[in-house]
Amino acid sequence: MTRVTLLSLQALVAVVCLVLWQLLSTVPVFGKVLLPPFFFSNPVDVFSQIVKWFSSGVIWKHLWITLVESILAFVIGSLGGVLIGFWFARQPLVAAVFDPYVKMVNALPRVVLAPIFALWLGLGIWSKVALGVTLVFFIVFFNVYQGVKEVSRTILDNGRMLGMSERQLMQHVYWPSALSWMFSSLHTSVGFAVVGAVVGEYLGSAAGLGYLIQQAEGVFDVAGVFAGMFVLSAFVILIDFGVTLVERRLLVWRPTASDGRG
Amino acid sequence: MTMPTAVALEDAKVAFRLGDGRVYTAVEKAHLTVAQGEFVAIVGPTGCGKSTLLNVAAGLLRPAAGSVKVFDRPLAELNRDAGYLFQADALFPWKTALDNVAIGLEVRGTPRAEALPRAQKWLTSVGLGAFASRYPHMLSGGQRKRVALAQVLIRDPKILLMDEPFGPLDAQTRQVMGNLLLDLWNADRKAVLFVTHDLEEAIALADRVVIMSAGPSSRIIGDWSVTLPRPRDIFEVRLDKEFHALHREIWSVLKDEVMKGYAQSTHAAEAV
Repeated sequence: MTRVTLLSLQALVAVVCLVLWQLLSTVPVFGKVLLPPFFFSNPVDVFSQIVKWFSSGVIWKHLWITLVESILAFVIGSLGGVLIGFWFARQPLVAAVFDPYVKMVNALPRVVLAPIFALWLGLGIWSKVALGVTLVFFIVFFNVYQGVKEVSRTILDNGRMLGMSERQLMQHVYWPSALSWMFSSLHTSVGFAVVGAVVGEYLGSAAGLGYLIQQAEGVFDVAGVFAGMFVLSAFVILIDFGVTLVERRLLVWRPTASDGRG
Repeated sequence: MTMPTAVALEDAKVAFRLGDGRVYTAVEKAHLTVAQGEFVAIVGPTGCGKSTLLNVAAGLLRPAAGSVKVFDRPLAELNRDAGYLFQADALFPWKTALDNVAIGLEVRGTPRAEALPRAQKWLTSVGLGAFASRYPHMLSGGQRKRVALAQVLIRDPKILLMDEPFGPLDAQTRQVMGNLLLDLWNADRKAVLFVTHDLEEAIALADRVVIMSAGPSSRIIGDWSVTLPRPRDIFEVRLDKEFHALHREIWSVLKDEVMKGYAQSTHAAEAV
């Protein structure tokens, strides 16, 4: 299949869905509208809502807030995950002692922490950042821990035979290995940073995409809810694209599946 | 003229504690010396502990009994005079070929600006001058072995330990690599301890061929001098009459051990 056919088929799916949605929510079938506008709105209203947000410029502030929260959550969560993951992997005793607690905290659905964070840190951005951090931290932590633990025995021995000290082994062997595992989870952890931010906003805030959706829902503005969802999806896709670019730059040394030689 | 001894294993015994508390003796009372400038090959059936012996010489393993001496000094920790060429891929996958070679110098404190041109020179001498910026996964198995060889040799170790370094390569590439190794070795004649299961490769490369018995508790059961003239060409030397005579002689001893090794491994498989 050529690229053009693929793209047109992909576009066709969207068009069919939107047309069906528009028709079913405006044209009665056997005297009954199958998608009542009160619950389902319609594509035209949703689209005009999005246009209104962007033309009036209201949306930028909210996008910016969500972006800042996500980035902070990602950076802080990753930093913590890398440091603690590294520490645990190099100190098996520490890891063994903390193991049940790490598992316990990780088993907790993080959403229940949101009210506590709101209580502690207020309704500003930091309660959302904290929620995102708890999500990002564990993904990065487990990956780094695994990465340091599973450094190939041969590569370590080679480092030693080449005369590396413990510090040099850290710098040239453990560290790159741990980072590569962390980067392999980059998409997931960035995604979770956004989830943390938006869920936090939804549960109580004064700005951000989650807030926008929650506000619209509060006044039964279904068009607003859908509009918020579409903007959020586009936002996440853009961020994910950015992550792919960064990843390609940082992991040039890694074989890709299509490479064949392994 | 007798050369000083580079590596001496004196009655070295290597044992491992198994999971169930039993002790497995891999090598029993190995006595082996490698003189400075001498190329010694260890040949033995699979699982006879030849790699174990090499790890003892490298200081990666402690012998359970006996001693290891390097230039007449007892080896207390890692063997700092030795370079080790591993059987498995041991290059750092996150470094380019050039950085992989330069690291051996950088670790020692050589400034990067000085290490890089020297690494480039070594890459050129193993025939990979144009591949400096490639990462290991972009290289073929043979090319990776060349980089590994340069990585070890750039540090100019006095002793070279090689654990079936060309094992994973195809037959032609092995011969090419063998010749490359001999060329590089001829330049300064380091002491070499070369482990292989390929008797032909051992005779073609080495000054001495040492045979080990089938494990467990394997011992050194034979020691032959190879007097084929140097410099040698691996392709040519295999046609030599002396090569054939020696091969037949050593093989008559080795064959029994190989059979024993097989019998033991199939027996062990049946027991499981």
